Amino acid sequence: MTSIPQTVSTPAQVVQHPSHRSQLLLNWLTRAATYTLLALLGVTWIFPLYWMATSSLKDDPQIYTVPPVLIPDPAFWNNFGDAWTRFDFNLAAFNSVFLYSLPVTFFTLLSSMVVAYGFAKIVWRGREPLFWICIATMMLPWQVTMVPLFITFKQFGWINTYWPFVVPSLFGNAYFIFLLRQFFRSIPEELSDAARIDGADEFGILWRIVLPLSKPAIAVVLLFRFLWSWNDYLGPLIYINTEAMQPLALAIYRMRTLALSMGTTSMAYPHLMAVSTLVALPIILIFIFAQRTFIEGISTTGLKG
Amino acid sequence: MTAITPRVQRMTKTEKRNQLLGMLFISPWLLGFLLFALFPLVASLYYSMTNYDFIRQPQFIGLTNYTRLFTVDPDFWTVMYNTLYYVGFGVPLGIAVAFLIANLLNSNIQGRTFFRSVIYIPSIVPAVCTAMVWLFILNVQYGVINGVLKTLGVPTIPFLSSPELAKPSLILIYVWAQGTAVVIFLAALQDVPRSLYDAALVDGANAWARFWNVTVPMCTPVLLFNFIMGIISAFQDFTLPFVLTGGGPMKSTEFYVVSLYRNAFVQFSIGKASAMAWILFLIILLFSVLLFRSSARWIYYGGEK
Repeated sequence: MTSIPQTVSTPAQVVQHPSHRSQLLLNWLTRAATYTLLALLGVTWIFPLYWMATSSLKDDPQIYTVPPVLIPDPAFWNNFGDAWTRFDFNLAAFNSVFLYSLPVTFFTLLSSMVVAYGFAKIVWRGREPLFWICIATMMLPWQVTMVPLFITFKQFGWINTYWPFVVPSLFGNAYFIFLLRQFFRSIPEELSDAARIDGADEFGILWRIVLPLSKPAIAVVLLFRFLWSWNDYLGPLIYINTEAMQPLALAIYRMRTLALSMGTTSMAYPHLMAVSTLVALPIILIFIFAQRTFIEGISTTGLKG
Repeated sequence: MTAITPRVQRMTKTEKRNQLLGMLFISPWLLGFLLFALFPLVASLYYSMTNYDFIRQPQFIGLTNYTRLFTVDPDFWTVMYNTLYYVGFGVPLGIAVAFLIANLLNSNIQGRTFFRSVIYIPSIVPAVCTAMVWLFILNVQYGVINGVLKTLGVPTIPFLSSPELAKPSLILIYVWAQGTAVVIFLAALQDVPRSLYDAALVDGANAWARFWNVTVPMCTPVLLFNFIMGIISAFQDFTLPFVLTGGGPMKSTEFYVVSLYRNAFVQFSIGKASAMAWILFLIILLFSVLLFRSSARWIYYGGEK
């Protein structure tokens, strides 16, 4: 690329290779344009998250100043702690992690693996039609079953508990059954046969042969199921209506309503941005550490975030 | 004749065992399907033909809920218009932007993984968090965009507080969160054989011609897939409009599922909400059928790799 100015400065060469020179210039221009566009897009895309993180560090005067403060100075690092305790987010975090995300993720994986094994590795009559029904349920919008399930779970006394999320996860999830089944089928049948000759039963084969070979697919299930439950808003909105049982997503919303009604000297925005940052952070960190799993999960099955 | 009969009759010992085992392994899913999909689906259809408010017994009223929605309901067509506006402008715009970004990322650049992460992360961060930061960024008094406009002495823009701008503002955020589509497009672009581009180059096709005659045709399957999946999921968007605008101002962002939620869990009009759920189900079913019918085409194309 650096050779371009030289080419321009020697007229003899320009005359000799006019098309070559213009081609180089064009290439250089294309690259410059590409990088400029990418930089602009990158800045635009990252800006909201940058704004969320930096607003967490401001005090009220910095929030309401015009022109806007791009880099907080001074930075109030204790905003994170203050915001967290102000609305008792410890409890919400506990609910999100231990009552919702972890059990639902774990049980979904377990049940989906067993079902996927039945669809992939055992030959039996009626397998294909049932598998097609299973795939078809992926297209069933959750909103259609939402009301009758609510009525049923309410009769069970499951309002303000996480049973409406945990119990269905014991019965497998069509997306992950599909994903795992595809993966299981790629594992050579000879391995299972060898284990059978050694006296292993089907559960043994699933546990000792198939599971260790399916780590990439299992990682996709764990990641996406965790992500969905961590981010879920509508589900808890319907089933959880006491503050003590709220997960983080609902707690943020509750905080918004309270904080924004308190006016411009209540640290409403910095605190709101601080908790939003803290709740988004685990997902961003998981993504950074498990980037390949995420990308593979999406590009092979179209799983949505 | 006798040659046919043995096939129909009893299975061998292993086959019988496999039949039982297969059904045992998939039984969690089958049970879940009956309990959490089929039963609520049928129940929802029943409720959609009743007058029900969670308290008194449901009263059967036939198709009245449907005819009321289509003819006399004051909000249904507003909600439908809002949703179609959001889907109709948001999805094509999202696809176009995502495809262009994917093409930029697929060109010969440094730092592709970094840029891909920057574009993708917004789509996995909890929607409540992104809603909070957009609420802040787009705020007419304290938002950073209007802060910049004020600094420049330009009139401020009431992004979320004017009925005309609220929908376009939500579409803007929708497009920003299309990272999943970008990742799927990028994977598809990386599968386009280099030889096709080389052949086009030999034929003297410039970058523009290569884009339209190689890239786009090779990606039609994925374009179609993302397009239909985009329509299906945009129809069901809830968290962003609910948290950002709560359906306002003046019902301009009262989208389908927001309205459905309100009818069911705020107004307790279970019959009406169930009818809405079934209409949504039929709309999504229509697009799912389109997706499957077109799948023959995109699987054929995708088979190139």
